[in-house]
Amino acid sequence: MLTKRIIPCLDVKDGRTVKGVRFEGLRDAGDPVALAARYAREGADELVFLDITATNQKRATLVALVRDVARELDIPFTVGGGIGTVADVEALLMNGADKVSINSAALARPELIDELAARFGSQCIVVAADARYNDADGWQVYTRAGTHNTGRDAVQWCREAAERGAGEILLTSMSNDGTKDGFALDITGAVSRAVTIPVIASGGAGSKQDFTNVFQQAHADAGLAASIFHFGEIGIRELKEHLCHDGIAVRL
Amino acid sequence: MEIAIVDYKGGNVQSVLFALERLGVQATLTADHDVIRRADKVLFPGEGEAASAMKELRAQGLHELLPTLTQPFLGICLGMQLLGRHTQEGGGTELLGILPFDVVRFQATAEYKVPHMGWNNLQALRGPLFEGLSAEDYVYFVHSYYAPVGEYTIAEAAYPAPFSAAVQHENFYAVQFHTEKSGPVGTRILENFLKL
Repeated sequence: MLTKRIIPCLDVKDGRTVKGVRFEGLRDAGDPVALAARYAREGADELVFLDITATNQKRATLVALVRDVARELDIPFTVGGGIGTVADVEALLMNGADKVSINSAALARPELIDELAARFGSQCIVVAADARYNDADGWQVYTRAGTHNTGRDAVQWCREAAERGAGEILLTSMSNDGTKDGFALDITGAVSRAVTIPVIASGGAGSKQDFTNVFQQAHADAGLAASIFHFGEIGIRELKEHLCHDGIAVRL
Repeated sequence: MEIAIVDYKGGNVQSVLFALERLGVQATLTADHDVIRRADKVLFPGEGEAASAMKELRAQGLHELLPTLTQPFLGICLGMQLLGRHTQEGGGTELLGILPFDVVRFQATAEYKVPHMGWNNLQALRGPLFEGLSAEDYVYFVHSYYAPVGEYTIAEAAYPAPFSAAVQHENFYAVQFHTEKSGPVGTRILENFLKL
């Protein structure tokens, strides 16, 4: 039986893990390779690396990081953050990334999704959508780290991305991100119903029950979180045992 | 031990090279017919689209070489599908014809998304490739097309109906999942293959 996936997300800058990762027994919490290996041992199903480097050396450091991670890691990983061209994607995939996620570049020029899917196959193209709710417009898609409202409806954009050849949607609720009040069940459910490709829910996870809810009520295929895993608030194994107890298929 | 990885620009071969490296094994990425023919083991990974893969294999004459190989051979993911007769992908594409299956597309539903992406367990395991493994073991899949179950099937997975997770004909072994991305279970399968 296909299982629901648990995905820790690591922010990296200049090839180092950031966001104050705190892990007992890990000598260098800034070392993405060591952290990735640790998550893999604990039972993470996949990893996402989000690159927030904003320098000219961005591409070279990211390719080097991907190569270092791929050398050690025996589970799949996705790389995202400022990826904008076919050449960027090719360099990351050729060096061992399993998937790439594109966000602002796809919104700026949606044909990029078609081009990437045709060139590399849908299976490795993740479209990341950052959505925020307001009473007047509902759920809309934002870019540039959530600062710019594209005016696009989140469900419509995800449907378009899927039709253009995306293999998966990474849906982050900016309204829930950092709140620890749970995933945005309404928009996650709406997107999951609107597309026939897998949907990763992101933003708002604060408890094990939040994952149960997003799988049972919003039909997400995977749940992504960062700080609750990094700060050891929830262990991957105990989360999966909780989900198993709730009747959700997981890999233990 | 000489290990050749067939180079036909078939996607993420770097991960397979790294997986072998973790096992302490060096492999050569090559399209050279003599090197492939002489190798003790041949790996045939693949991702992406079947029609362009077949085009590249034909351009290199590999469509004629590969069926004649006699050493242990392991197809991975698209590398498994390419061993069949025909696929629905690319509007219908003729394949290598080493195994007698036809590759078809999963029907996407609200509950069963396509691609079939993630960790699924293996059932009905048989043969030396799966020594030490059981139906409790999970491996990582990413694919939209599949080979139906037949007499060549040596492992099944279900999505929701059973399909071929692994196949075998004589020296030709192939797996639909990614051994190189399936944690310790995948590593065990690669080790088992290297022992054949």
